[in-house]
Amino acid sequence: MPPPLQAHRLLISHRRIPTPARRRFSAVSSVQSPPAKTLAPGPAASSILSIRESLLSGERSAAEITAEYLSRIRRTEPSVRSFIHVADSEAVREAEELDRRIASEGKDALGPLAGVLVGVKDNLCTANMPSTGGSRILEGYRPAYDATAVRRLREAGAIVVGKTNLDEFGMGSTTEGSAFQVTTNPWDESRVPGGSSGGSASAVSARQCVVSLGSDTGGSVRQPASFCGVVGLKPTYGRVSRFGLMAYASSLDVVGCFGSSVSDTATILSVVAGHDKMDSTSSSQNVPDYASELVSLDSLESKPLNGLRIGIIQETLGEGVDSGVATSIKAATLHLEQLGSVVEEVSLPSFSLGLPAYYILASSEASSNLSRYDGIRYGRQVSADDLNELYGESRSNGLGHEVKMRILMGTYALSAGYYDAYYKRAQQVRTLVKKSFEDALKRFDILVSPAAPSAAYKIGEKINDPLAMYAGDIMTVNVNLAGLPALVVPCGFVEGGSAGLPVGLQMIGSPFSEVTCVIADI
Amino acid sequence: MALTLLRGMRTPVLFRMNAGLFFTTLHRPSLARFTTRAESAQATEPKATPQSIQMAIKEAAEQKMQGFEAVIGIETHVQLSTVTKAFCSCPYNYGSQPNSTICPTCMGHPGMLPVLNEKVVECAVKLGLALNCEISMTSKFDRKQYFYPDLPKGYQISQFDIPIAKKGYIDLDLPMEFGGGHRKFGITRVHMEEDAGKLLHSDSGSYSQVDLNRAGVPLLEIVSEPDMRTGIEAAEYGAELQRIVRYLGVSNGNMQEGSLRCDVNVSVRPVGQSEFGTKILLHKEGQADQIVQETRLWDESSQKTFTMRKKEGLADYRYFPEPDLPEVVLNNDYIDEIHKSMPELPEAKRRRYENMGLSMQDVLFLANDDNVARFFDSTLEHGSDAKLAANWIMGDIAAYLKNEKLTIDEIKLSPLELSELIASIKNGTISGKIGKEASPYFVLILVELIANGGTVKAVIEEKDLVQV
Repeated sequence: MPPPLQAHRLLISHRRIPTPARRRFSAVSSVQSPPAKTLAPGPAASSILSIRESLLSGERSAAEITAEYLSRIRRTEPSVRSFIHVADSEAVREAEELDRRIASEGKDALGPLAGVLVGVKDNLCTANMPSTGGSRILEGYRPAYDATAVRRLREAGAIVVGKTNLDEFGMGSTTEGSAFQVTTNPWDESRVPGGSSGGSASAVSARQCVVSLGSDTGGSVRQPASFCGVVGLKPTYGRVSRFGLMAYASSLDVVGCFGSSVSDTATILSVVAGHDKMDSTSSSQNVPDYASELVSLDSLESKPLNGLRIGIIQETLGEGVDSGVATSIKAATLHLEQLGSVVEEVSLPSFSLGLPAYYILASSEASSNLSRYDGIRYGRQVSADDLNELYGESRSNGLGHEVKMRILMGTYALSAGYYDAYYKRAQQVRTLVKKSFEDALKRFDILVSPAAPSAAYKIGEKINDPLAMYAGDIMTVNVNLAGLPALVVPCGFVEGGSAGLPVGLQMIGSPFSEVTCVIADI
Repeated sequence: MALTLLRGMRTPVLFRMNAGLFFTTLHRPSLARFTTRAESAQATEPKATPQSIQMAIKEAAEQKMQGFEAVIGIETHVQLSTVTKAFCSCPYNYGSQPNSTICPTCMGHPGMLPVLNEKVVECAVKLGLALNCEISMTSKFDRKQYFYPDLPKGYQISQFDIPIAKKGYIDLDLPMEFGGGHRKFGITRVHMEEDAGKLLHSDSGSYSQVDLNRAGVPLLEIVSEPDMRTGIEAAEYGAELQRIVRYLGVSNGNMQEGSLRCDVNVSVRPVGQSEFGTKILLHKEGQADQIVQETRLWDESSQKTFTMRKKEGLADYRYFPEPDLPEVVLNNDYIDEIHKSMPELPEAKRRRYENMGLSMQDVLFLANDDNVARFFDSTLEHGSDAKLAANWIMGDIAAYLKNEKLTIDEIKLSPLELSELIASIKNGTISGKIGKEASPYFVLILVELIANGGTVKAVIEEKDLVQV
């Protein structure tokens, strides 16, 4: 299997590995090697932009690019298994259509994402393409509509190459919870890619697609980004429409994205973000042009971060965190200092309360959101003699173990006599967590932490220990509770696998400050 | 009107005396003697009441003597006649082909989200104001969760602890044939919610079919205080609500179509006791040896109620705030705007007509239907005497409408011409002796105008009726 993509060579990296043709931001070291300046020529040439250039110049056609990715998918899927469904014939057709339009209209035919191959997490509805949510209960279900995020990508010229694997309905942190297959981490086949958007992360990491969409309710974009060594963005709650995203926890879910560079991720965000009248929780805040705020590497010498105040969350670097992870993070922050930022430690007192509050709130909302999967109007139905049996059998049969567990927990937490003690209490804790972030973000522009306490673990390691799996979410859930944006970028490696295992740095900003996160990220 | 409503909304009272000596099942509303304020009805002969009602009145009087009274509260669901459903843009037309006005949102498909139809809020505020309620400046939606095939999402979007309106009251006048009298009943709350679909059961009972056309249609639920004591009061409460929603134009209030549905809560207690007895919930659609809290259905054909289900305590709907919809925040300007746009309500009309010196019988008739009231008011605007106009409308015009099965909007007679007719009679333009012998001529003219329109002058000339 070819080595996984390391295109997101960002500022901070412990190693340098021979660079394939298209790259831009060079590897800049921590302590081991001097800063390298292997700049790619030309403008910030992200994968998206270089595809655009090729199409414009005629160097390559959309059909050729698509064929290349499809061929890579065919070669790598037997071991990675990122995709539940590969839309090869549709992708080829769309690419040919795009080529025709380029031939007749020229430059005008090129939307911002023209010819870009996109993987879409299977809990996002794609019209007339299977959308299972990773669950047997939706096996064979084809929605009538595209999710808004998918529609906007398509309108910008992107080609949906397939639906990526996930933990069932977004519940899980390893993608082992999928009813269909286990996805592997491109860095080490015996390890998980993270979850729940594991397929989307591994697909970008293995270069099976250019960018991908995921969803993040408790860390489901950020943790896999960290495990797979790609860039992952969780936007502010309400920044991107949830219409068409199969709801897990309505007040926590966001649509997020993966890319091999921050620039690509920023471009995707610009395309999908913005108010949607079909989603009453979507924000009307103006959408800036994120990518234009990026600073090129040329200006690294001039300390572009200019006094940006960065706070390392103390509670995330102590006990329970892998030493290799802690080292990477610290090295990353040193580097950020070198670029002109001011780094300090900060304590968030209610940090540890977030995890139990999250699981109560998420399970409660999930128990309600998943009530519609009853086999009556769509999806898999098990016939029975009476109504209750019909419900019971269809849902028992169609829903997986983790999902059933969370539905039961959520139903219990909401039931008469327990609402106050659990759900209401958890909402109060949520307010505390929100407030402590707000206070910290008055003193700092960005807060940083690891995205996970360790690098990717082995497949099967956590499957029988749900509590241990839940504990791994400690770095990420508070951000969802507070509705804040966060960006994860690879910042180093730890020992493991054949080439090391990636570690990601999480950068958290105040609401709608994705721009700041992105700038800090360069 | 109360009579027609009685047929649509049964409120029989079932009870058994402690001593076990006396056991009655009433098929018609009971009538306790009223001790409420005001107006004894004029001693007009009540219209001939059906045998069973008269029986019921008699039986009720007997029961009252036994020392028990009914305590009645009513929950009413009003289906709003908005162009689209509450949370999606599907239309709703009663009687459409099954599953023809649906979309992924009201069907509860994966990934779909509700979007509030603002007209629903407008209707809710209108109705809240009409019922003299306090309007909540901020209210929210909640999910009421249970599983049933006609509930696509597995939960109903409703309002639980913060309804949009509360603590109001309704004024009404009981029909003259039941003794008349003014009443004021409390309204606990008004809230917004969505309707469920419909189940059609096969004759064999071996399968049922789900029609989701109605799923997502906006409803307003009105909960009354348990202030009613007799079936007549309950019936008139329902009739007045129907009148109000039609006046406001928020609903057509047609019970046959299901646009107005009443669930009646009944309990019994000894007269003078202030605590409530055990509640029985009656749906429009059994016999108790001992009172257990239960839900009973009314069966149209046998004219009886029977047990539908016993309530073992309250159902647990696991309410929690709806995360997909923001809070509903109102401001005073919005409420004032709505207030200004509201028409004169039935109660105000009745008081106004009463002040004109009309009898309660007349007042109740004229104010019952907004269209009739408008016709009447219009006729007065052209200068007619109230009593004369009322007589014509309630007499010959009403008779014509009934025979031809028309509504007052559909006839060709205009209020102007009616006032002309009245004026012509008054000032003697029309020949003949004033009095009974002349009246056939008047009616002739009237009928001509109703059927073919035209002016009084023209008809008089044509028929050659000028006074000689």
